Amino acid sequence: MRVIIDTGNYISAKAAQMAKPDVVAAYPITPQTTIVEGIAKYVEDGEFSGEYICVESEHSAMSACIGASAAGARTFTATSAHGLLLMHEMLHWAALARLPIVMVNVNRAIGPGWSIWADENDSVAQRDTGWLQFYCSSNQEIFDTIIQAYRLAEHKDVQLPVMVSYDGFILSHTSMPVQIPEQNEIDDFILKRVPQWKLDVDNPVTHGNIIMPKDYPSIRRAMQDAQEKALELIPEITEEWRKRFGTYHGDLVECYRCDDAEFILIAVGALGAESKVAIDELREKGRRVGLARLRVFRPFPKQAVVELAKKADLIVLDRNISVGMEGAFFSEVKAALYGSSDAKVYGYIAGLGGKDVTYKDIEAMCEKVMDGKYKGYEWYDLEGE
Amino acid sequence: MAIKDMSLEEIVLSGNAACPGCPSTMGLRIVFKALGKKTILVIPACCTSVIESLYPYTSFDVPVLNIAFEAAAAAASGVVSALRMQGREDINVVVWAGDGGTYDIGIQAMSGAFERNTNFLYICYNNQIYSNTGIQRSGATPYAAWTTTTVGGKREFSKDMGAIVRAHNIPYAATATVSYPEDLFRKVMKAKSIKGPKYIEILAPCPPGWRFSMDKTVEMGKLAVETGIWPLYEYENDKMAFNGKSKLIFEGKIERKPVEEWLKLQGRFSNLFKPQRDEERLRRIQEYVDHMWERFKQCRD
Ligand SMILES: Cc1ncc(C[n+]2csc(CCOP(=O)(O)OP(=O)(O)O)c2C)c(N)n1
Ligand code: SF4
Repeated sequence: MRVIIDTGNYISAKAAQMAKPDVVAAYPITPQTTIVEGIAKYVEDGEFSGEYICVESEHSAMSACIGASAAGARTFTATSAHGLLLMHEMLHWAALARLPIVMVNVNRAIGPGWSIWADENDSVAQRDTGWLQFYCSSNQEIFDTIIQAYRLAEHKDVQLPVMVSYDGFILSHTSMPVQIPEQNEIDDFILKRVPQWKLDVDNPVTHGNIIMPKDYPSIRRAMQDAQEKALELIPEITEEWRKRFGTYHGDLVECYRCDDAEFILIAVGALGAESKVAIDELREKGRRVGLARLRVFRPFPKQAVVELAKKADLIVLDRNISVGMEGAFFSEVKAALYGSSDAKVYGYIAGLGGKDVTYKDIEAMCEKVMDGKYKGYEWYDLEGE
Repeated sequence: MAIKDMSLEEIVLSGNAACPGCPSTMGLRIVFKALGKKTILVIPACCTSVIESLYPYTSFDVPVLNIAFEAAAAAASGVVSALRMQGREDINVVVWAGDGGTYDIGIQAMSGAFERNTNFLYICYNNQIYSNTGIQRSGATPYAAWTTTTVGGKREFSKDMGAIVRAHNIPYAATATVSYPEDLFRKVMKAKSIKGPKYIEILAPCPPGWRFSMDKTVEMGKLAVETGIWPLYEYENDKMAFNGKSKLIFEGKIERKPVEEWLKLQGRFSNLFKPQRDEERLRRIQEYVDHMWERFKQCRD
């Protein structure tokens, strides 16, 4: 075990290198670019033994990962915003083909106008592709989650791709100390990939040909079963990691000062980290409020949300907007509770396009609810600086 | 190699869903005879993704990866890289795509894979239309041809895909047609022996798409060569070499037949002949062919 201090993106590159993918295919986009550069440097220095395909687009990055994974390889890619959107068709393809590709997505707003700053709309828009989705709040969590993602994706009962997202610049370009286990410890943790199907000249199969309506629903159902299995596996994997390496960021959800809370704030990614400071401040003031940082968006941790709502009313913070409806996490939290809870759910949209959200802002949002001044779904600080 | 000496092993199995007289299955039979079973096929959306049969059955006795319409060459890149990591460079990775998947929606991925020097064979079977979706125009559809999206006949000439491919300076590019199986077989064998990106484009006369009788597929390809509208050539190490009748045409040993002989047998060009002859468009097509051969000659000189 050693500690290195580096940015979220270089930590991603480090994790990708240590997971030993056979094939990496990636294309640069701000704020993901330094991941690609980091991996290129490992290749140049002879510290990466896999193939690195410098494709001509993100669409081809995902397609190449699909081809490689179908041939039995472990694969990695990384992207952001417009790159992720360009991949969209192939994201579905990867998941339906049951290929355990691991991808980092650096959350960034979508244009026009061109914005390079943090916003979850890129990954939230991929909600229904069948990918598992994690959101990180520190560089240590980025490292740990990428490694754990391989273990999860390649588990025989999952066999689905995993996306690990984190906020552009706020994490991607901020240095933090990160504990890095030894290579042999990582190897022991991830295990070898055992493909459940592959392109094999000794056992020729045709993958992905025309499928009739009578057979199609069962392939969707199998994906749903796999995601539900992942709900069980994620806590097991994070716990095993904690035992082996000592770091832990929660399982499906990270709860912070939730005991005896009357209100629980639900936040994601870097806003989750910022919220901890807000919770500390509010607790100082004697407010009974806690934080539940959602680490996983797919599979959605329905039961965990129901448990939270048994203790407290919920305040949901979204750095995304499903235009015409509301923030995606707000919708999903309410859907999870429907029929199982009478807890109140309050919601805010904040921080779109990288707009600054400080712990003071989060405190103000919580206080407004706790003081009975909340007047319906709100875009926090829409006109502010 | 004469047909009688080719392998008797059939990798295209019986019971596939192709139309009678389908050039795709004819081409694949020959291509597979040259490639053998150590082959992985990558197929984007096209007629062949229908021909190959319904899940859980297959008509192909090699592993097949079906992939999205525009993604074949990129997916093949991934397969190639994975196989290299496994030390299995003895396996042929082959894209089998239509002209839509090649000239139009898949051109970016193909260009990228060529530029990266990917060790694979890209085969385009060019039936000059989107057949899968019911005969729409593509970038390969010839001038004046009827399709469901060019009802009065296409107003533009096709792309010069040969020139586009050659501009990538890949080690091997060739044209062929299903009408000359020995020539196709030889070209696939040649491509198989070369490392790096290889491109073979097979003219694939499609009975329902071109509107001719299903017993005329071979004849239609032969006439395309004899009229010069489909030249057979190989491009290797920066050099063009014409083959078969195209060689004789190039060397001036035989005359090209008038392109009209090819056009008039296809219902898709009937608007050139009925209700009366469209001299202007017929002249433009003949000029297009003449000009193409003129350019070939200039390249040599
Ligand atoms: C992104 C996308 N757009 C459109 C389609 C519909 N589509 C499937 S096959 C096809 C045409 C294929 O034409 P071509 O490549 O020439 O092959 P052919 O059908 O002639 O064999 C189209 C338009 C698709 N599958 N994917
Ligand atoms: S439409 Fe043409 S290419 Fe497609 S299966 Fe029929 S004959 Fe073959």
